[in-house]
Amino acid sequence: MAKHPTPLLDQLETGPWPSFVSDIKQEAEHRSKNPKGIDFQAPQDCPADLLGVLELSFKEKETHWKHGGIVGVFGYGGGVIGRYCDKPEEFPGVAHFHTVRINQPAGKYYHTDYLRGVCDIWELRGSGLTNMHGSTGDLVLLGTVTPQLEEIFYDMTHKLNTDLGGSGGNLRTPADCLGQSRCEFACYDTQDLCHTLTNDYQDELHRPAFPYKFKFKFDGCPNSCVAALARSDFSVVGTWKDDIQIDQAKVKAYVGGEFKPNAGAHAGRDWGKFDIVKEVIERCPTKCMSFDGALKIDNANCTRCMHCINVMPRALRVGKEKGASILLGAKAPILDGAQLSSLLVPFVPVEKPYTEIKEVIENIWDWWMEEGKNRERVGETMKRLSFQKLLEVTNIKPVAQHVKEPRSNPYIFFREDEVLGGWTRDINEFRKRHAR
Amino acid sequence: MAFISSGYNPEKPMEGRITDIGPRSFEDFYPPVIKRNKGKWDYHEILEPGILVHVAENGEKCFTVRCGAARLMSVSLIREACDIADKHCGGHLRWTTRNNIEFMVENEAAMKSLVADLKDRKFAGGSNKFPIGGTGAAISNMIHTQGWVHCHTPAMDASGPVKAVMDEVFDYFQSMKLPAPIRLALACCLNMCGAVHASDIGIVGIHRKPPIVDNEVLDNVCEIPLAVAACPTGAIKPTKTDFDGKKINSVSVNEDRCMYCGNCYTMCPALPLADYQGDGCVIMVGGKVSNRISMPKLAKVVVAYIPNEPPRWPTLTKAIKHIIEVYSKNAKKYERVGEWAERIGWEKFFELTGLEFTHHLIDDFRDPAYYTWRQSTQFKF
Ligand code: SF4
Ligand code: SF4
Ligand code: SF4
Ligand code: SF4
Repeated sequence: MAKHPTPLLDQLETGPWPSFVSDIKQEAEHRSKNPKGIDFQAPQDCPADLLGVLELSFKEKETHWKHGGIVGVFGYGGGVIGRYCDKPEEFPGVAHFHTVRINQPAGKYYHTDYLRGVCDIWELRGSGLTNMHGSTGDLVLLGTVTPQLEEIFYDMTHKLNTDLGGSGGNLRTPADCLGQSRCEFACYDTQDLCHTLTNDYQDELHRPAFPYKFKFKFDGCPNSCVAALARSDFSVVGTWKDDIQIDQAKVKAYVGGEFKPNAGAHAGRDWGKFDIVKEVIERCPTKCMSFDGALKIDNANCTRCMHCINVMPRALRVGKEKGASILLGAKAPILDGAQLSSLLVPFVPVEKPYTEIKEVIENIWDWWMEEGKNRERVGETMKRLSFQKLLEVTNIKPVAQHVKEPRSNPYIFFREDEVLGGWTRDINEFRKRHAR
Repeated sequence: MAFISSGYNPEKPMEGRITDIGPRSFEDFYPPVIKRNKGKWDYHEILEPGILVHVAENGEKCFTVRCGAARLMSVSLIREACDIADKHCGGHLRWTTRNNIEFMVENEAAMKSLVADLKDRKFAGGSNKFPIGGTGAAISNMIHTQGWVHCHTPAMDASGPVKAVMDEVFDYFQSMKLPAPIRLALACCLNMCGAVHASDIGIVGIHRKPPIVDNEVLDNVCEIPLAVAACPTGAIKPTKTDFDGKKINSVSVNEDRCMYCGNCYTMCPALPLADYQGDGCVIMVGGKVSNRISMPKLAKVVVAYIPNEPPRWPTLTKAIKHIIEVYSKNAKKYERVGEWAERIGWEKFFELTGLEFTHHLIDDFRDPAYYTWRQSTQFKF
């Protein structure tokens, strides 16, 4: 018998898509039966009371969670989000419902030994409910009580050799696409870069010293599967510098209908016979391709959009001189409107130990920590203080690639040393030439 | 309950303490076929919706079966996924950025038995535990946030409307008949945990009432200057007001200036915005993050308000499905929603979808607004 009747939530149990309501119910039932006789360290009723409070929100159309309190583990300024219910008497099982962010492994690959370890710790010490995964990338453990926080941290670090993720004004848990591990498009090892930087910047991740949050995301190619340039302040997107590699015989195989175009991605509708001119040559955004039995690419005019490679993955490959572009400053609408990241480093080789990339990061941090206002994302700082300033602090030479178009107003700030004679002038000299 | 110690000693928190070790290495978790062929993949193919094969230069194959999943997941369900991975995949599995689960095997026979196993698994309520799909020109799993399950600032729930929308568009999850992929996302407030602002179709929770000032506690629980500074439109001013016959420090809100962003509430719990009549969501359309063909773009608001209608948000799900169907019928192959809308012109987007264009949809926020107005006589009647 369910602890709270949930007539509204019950309506989310039908339909084909996996029902989180059914899943929470199964956990509630499992905990109430407790077949393994676990001495639950967080309320046994936690999932049942979560359903109860959620049902109330469904009825009243308002949330019942209070502003977070400051909770955490010793020595860290992030990784735990305090959460309290505003109806603790009715729903004691979720009166305290703190979240613990576990730093997910790069690429989100797991072995079941590890995941079962997480589940065991979390069943004992928390609600048994998770987010796989949170929006930033962490494995999120949803709902526990304050006295369990240190215990969870101790178990995670000692039993699973795993640390917490970030929260607050610090480096947030970095995340990456699966990249070279299983994707032929990847231009660098996203997992290694993500893992290395996460470890190199543990202090920045755990101890808030920034004006606000700062996110790293790593896409292996311009297809941008982790949406780096929308989801992260510091977006690394794989690219290449030389020519797209063409296998003409395989191009012919696509034209002849031997290979499935788009790797079969459009197979659910009859779009007619594959037409290389209509589907590739004419859709190339820069019109840098031609086909006369053989495929030709004017690589100097290619913007590496990936379209032709996506359509004919067996015939076309990214170039050999691979690396990444770095873009900066994406953020959600709060405060000054949403932003996508802007191109800062057109090309950087991505090679261990990633010194060149780290230099860019650290120059940005030094500047932003000095100049950024409280709760100002770096994307806002660069808007307030100018892209020129950003280039100056990162020692990057301005190039036409940085802009979509040059400015259309002449309100230019010149540096004094750029102007012949400087700015100090003598009014008397001026008056010799011009009467008052 | 008897307290079970992990070994942590609260008297000596530094004793045996392990910190700053970061996540587990991906190397610990790669399936063997991945480890052997990393960086040596030749090509991939989608065999059927949700089933991929990646072929390495040496001919080795990795078959991947992608399953949709609710982001909110119990340890019981994770353990079930582990059972499946142990049975079929040597104990390896992964999650995608869009909260799908991927099971990988090394040959076709193993893939077939894995698929057969996954298909039969249902929750007690009847929904699928591991529906296969989400590849190619399809609708993949919906990125979303916490909503009423866990957050203090939402203007709508997240898991509920996501379940309702995914049920409605499920056919598109399990097929590949759209002109291009559609990325759906939901954020329950403007903080937008997730890339909702660059999704093909995004749902964003909004408030529509200015904050209520909880004068009784405001000065005790908030730093008034921080609350004032938090407001992007300068709607908040410090004031002295009468409470219980006493003069107290508080703030006043200029309601005409408020655009209900909730940033003041983030800084000050005595300024709540949530309201059952005011809250709901907008629909944003036409964002993308891929650089394919056109550059990444931000999504645009095409429906200014839909009320919260738990448990299944029928007005919202109907509108989303309708937009998808009009797009699917009219767009050219490879065209993302935003590329289609830009090619035909947004005025035609509203004509074809029948969505009402209202004053709410004209940008009036700061300088960028001007660039969205039309400085031209070119438009379509
Ligand atoms: S972003 Fe590119 S490299 Fe990474 S998984 Fe997607 S297609 Fe592959
Ligand atoms: S990658 Fe894009 S721009 Fe370059 S040739 Fe192919 S379609 Fe054209
Ligand atoms: S989008 Fe807003 S309300 Fe939703 S989880 Fe994030 S901060 Fe909370
Ligand atoms: S909701 Fe936003 S606009 Fe309104 S008063 Fe608060 S901070 Fe200002």
